[in-house]
Amino acid sequence: MPETFDLQHADAENAVLPHAPADDTGGHVRKRWGAGFWLSALWLVVICGLSILAPYLPFIDEPGAFPDFSVETLAGPSADHPFGVNKNGDDVFSQVVNGGRTSLFIGLSVVISGFIVGGAVGVTGGFFRGRVDRVISAVLDVFLAFPALVLALALIGIVTGGDANLPVVILALSLLSVAPLARITRGATLAVAEREYVLAAHTLGAKRTRIIVKEILPNVIPPMAAFALTVIAVVIVAEGALAFLGLSVSSPAPTWGKLISEGRAELENHGHWALFPAGTMFLTILSLNYVGDVLQSRFTVREGAL
Amino acid sequence: MARRIIAAADGAHADHALLEVEDLRTHFLTPAGRVRAVDGVSFELARGRTLGIVGESGSGKTVLARSIMGLLPRSNVQRTGAIRYSGNDISDYSQAEMRSVWGPEMAMVFQDPMTSLNPVMRIGTQITESLRYHLDMSKAEANELAVSLLRSVGIPEPDKRLRDYPHQLSGGMRQRVVIAIALACGPKLLFADEPTTALDVTVQAQILNLLDTQQRERFMAMVLVTHDLGVIAGRAHDIAVMYAGRIVEKASARTLFSSMRMPYTEALLESIPKLEHRSHTRLASIPGRPPDLINPPAGCKFAPRCRYVQPRCLEEEPPLTPGVDEGHVYRCFYPVGTEAGREALARNLAEGRVPVADEVETGVVVGGPAPGADLDEGSW
Repeated sequence: MPETFDLQHADAENAVLPHAPADDTGGHVRKRWGAGFWLSALWLVVICGLSILAPYLPFIDEPGAFPDFSVETLAGPSADHPFGVNKNGDDVFSQVVNGGRTSLFIGLSVVISGFIVGGAVGVTGGFFRGRVDRVISAVLDVFLAFPALVLALALIGIVTGGDANLPVVILALSLLSVAPLARITRGATLAVAEREYVLAAHTLGAKRTRIIVKEILPNVIPPMAAFALTVIAVVIVAEGALAFLGLSVSSPAPTWGKLISEGRAELENHGHWALFPAGTMFLTILSLNYVGDVLQSRFTVREGAL
Repeated sequence: MARRIIAAADGAHADHALLEVEDLRTHFLTPAGRVRAVDGVSFELARGRTLGIVGESGSGKTVLARSIMGLLPRSNVQRTGAIRYSGNDISDYSQAEMRSVWGPEMAMVFQDPMTSLNPVMRIGTQITESLRYHLDMSKAEANELAVSLLRSVGIPEPDKRLRDYPHQLSGGMRQRVVIAIALACGPKLLFADEPTTALDVTVQAQILNLLDTQQRERFMAMVLVTHDLGVIAGRAHDIAVMYAGRIVEKASARTLFSSMRMPYTEALLESIPKLEHRSHTRLASIPGRPPDLINPPAGCKFAPRCRYVQPRCLEEEPPLTPGVDEGHVYRCFYPVGTEAGREALARNLAEGRVPVADEVETGVVVGGPAPGADLDEGSW
């Protein structure tokens, strides 16, 4: 073979060979969670820890524990009161912790009940398909067509006549969360139900309930759990919105939304009343969203990575 | 343990066909019209025999296998014809009745081992599940059998692998696991739907040999679905070539390869790259594409792509014609290797009517007038 005719080959070799060793990193790169994830997770752990332990912590004060402070004299943050004291004589830090207790409780309860109902509906529609699915989807579409906040207001208004309490707020928000959660669970179920291992289980004679429990749920729950974190964030914000409209949990229980709403009037003179709860809420929601996103991308099953 | 199951399964009549399919039609009702995915397929399969079903994508081979197993979608499907399994017509079995057939009677090995194992379940659990359900075994018994199954499909250190998750195994190993799962309940009929398509070529032969060994040892009937004639050469006893939802040629493997009659079979065989081809030989392909299954052409479905095509082929559908050898049938008026076929081809060549096929052999020198090109054909 004449030399001149091997130009292509020679080129290819020159081009490829020097790079070949560089490409070989000698093992796969470990996926890292990243500092952002750990910071967010740490923040969530601190917030949850404080919320759960609040009644037992010595530095969490009762509401109105410092009546000596008046609007004129009370100061901003100090060593005794890191977030300051507000016009009701409450230690703002204690209020923020207690508010987080309620807000997080609302968030969790709503997501859990929403997922139990919505998840069941979604899995049913996604797995059985056909007529069942068409009916479910149609109902979900109707629910999704309502403006959520208006529906919540109406529900709370009708049930309590304006004087909302914790169960009613949770119930209202749960009802609102059912349709979106059902829809996203349905999508995840549809994707999993199409997989060959589900068909394979079927060809081995597995019954439908068994397929749902053994094949579908274990593959649907992890991504849904990750998604649930972002839903908690949404619910906390929604509670805040209700508080602004005066329809959140009635006194004395504080929530972040209520604290911000109450502090808003004194934003110019005593910014810390509203800003500390707002900042806490902001960071918590940011963390929930970030952790939720990272986990979701981890749990999304990519064919290639299987 | 495994012995006992196989022995129990041996009671079936070896003389009598285990599976008889008669005029099976599976039509999908779509908004665009009726898709005739399987359109009048008949065959018989006895225990201990392997039937290879060959055809290109969309020829209906997978739908055929799934139709027999009763794995079609529940709505917008019409399946007619008879499917007799050890003498019982299972074509009108309900899902609940089929559940007793799946596993101990029929099982299926799927195409892609990447998606046919549950990613969040240990391999051991996936194997033992059906054992415990169908054969009523205790956990310990099932585990023991799972170990021996994994060993029999060639997985090293089977007792350790039981605790692995699918992602810890390579593609070839996963396909072995899939086969072990399919074999767990000792099926008498095994469907293998393109079992090697998703695997590396180096592993393909191993998996095919494994299926082959298992089929012989367990005296199973096996349906091996593939688009590659090379895959089933030497592995199937009989071969059915499918085109547009029908069997267009069926014969024993020996007959099919030595004296094929159907131009489509010939074209399929020619499209397998061969080692003795010079490097950079242009790959042969079949011109055109499979016909629209909603409005199939009148006459022979392969006619528009056929080298032997004659006016008659476009008007009249050739019936299944028996060939010289026993069991050989084909659908062609101008069969390959006969006088009629040779004449038809010669006529088409003379009139330049051959569908534009890519050349099977390119003796053509692409190097052009460059010096030394005559020495160098094929190096491009």
